[in-house]
Amino acid sequence: MKLLVLIPAFNEEGAVGSVIREVQAVLPGTPVLVVDDCSKDATVTVARKAGARVLAAPYHLGLGGCVQAGYRLAYELGYDYVVRVDGDGQHDPRYIPLVLETLQREGCEMVIGSRFVNGAGEHTSHARGLAIIFFRAILRPILGKPVHDPTSGFVGVNRTALEVFSHTFPLEYPEIEALVVLQRRRFRFVEVPVQMRRRQAGRSTITPLKSIYYMLHVLLGVFVNILKMEAKRR
Amino acid sequence: MNQMLNVLTVFSILLLALVLVSVRRARIRVEYSVSWLLAAALLLVISQWPGLLTRLPAWLGVSDAALALVMVCGGIFLVVLYRLSLVISDLKDSNVALIQRVAILEYRLESSKEQSNG
Repeated sequence: MKLLVLIPAFNEEGAVGSVIREVQAVLPGTPVLVVDDCSKDATVTVARKAGARVLAAPYHLGLGGCVQAGYRLAYELGYDYVVRVDGDGQHDPRYIPLVLETLQREGCEMVIGSRFVNGAGEHTSHARGLAIIFFRAILRPILGKPVHDPTSGFVGVNRTALEVFSHTFPLEYPEIEALVVLQRRRFRFVEVPVQMRRRQAGRSTITPLKSIYYMLHVLLGVFVNILKMEAKRR
Repeated sequence: MNQMLNVLTVFSILLLALVLVSVRRARIRVEYSVSWLLAAALLLVISQWPGLLTRLPAWLGVSDAALALVMVCGGIFLVVLYRLSLVISDLKDSNVALIQRVAILEYRLESSKEQSNG
């Protein structure tokens, strides 16, 4: 069983090192791949120093393009499972074994680390909380089952999902649209309870105006993915 | 109305000239000039065919020839803009795929170098 821990990072020099060390402490010997989205700070240097391999994008791709680059490499290198954690330290690597174990036990294509399955959804801004409630309602009939934390980026996928995502993955705000991509193929996902933390360093780039753009963009993306024909593939 | 048609004639000739000069200087690729050339040619035809403009308002369900002309011009340029959006989207997809491929190849190259260095 080959597992890769994937960390997309953009200007995360303050947190990415400790995230890598935490992953290595929880899963010694497991390869950690940082996908650097053309950071302007020392993210690449810090990541390498902490012992991760770095896939460095020569130009800024956006979160979805950055994660997809990691999925593509992982698929080409023959990994069976990939667990993605964010580079800002919000995702606690102690839950990676739970995500992996659930992927293997349930045989589902994707496992989402959710703040809301058993927890109280701590460390969620008002804007994000509203977006989560909104998208829960939208996604419920589309997915045919409830999803508690559709914006969570703490995600594990198996090789089947990896193959799909290496060809078809939303480029800007991937989490919610990725669920629809999976649903179109009748793939299954399971949520497991995790606790999330505050970001360890840096600042979120999400402003109230961007939140509105995010909701509109993702809403459109969800419906486009439902209607999309798969003729043209990158 | 004649003055409006004269203005349209001048505008469409200027547009034709601008696009042709840009193609000649290789600032616009031939395949992307086609939409603009067609749009300019269509406007030129309308401007030189006053009979068409007198019938247009009835066809479009408006009372004014000027408004009909605005609607036709708007429609033509919407089609051109739509075509450009298709081109831009395709280029964006290609760019993302290329950037990802370059990153992956660099990663593999570095890994090979490290392996060969022991």
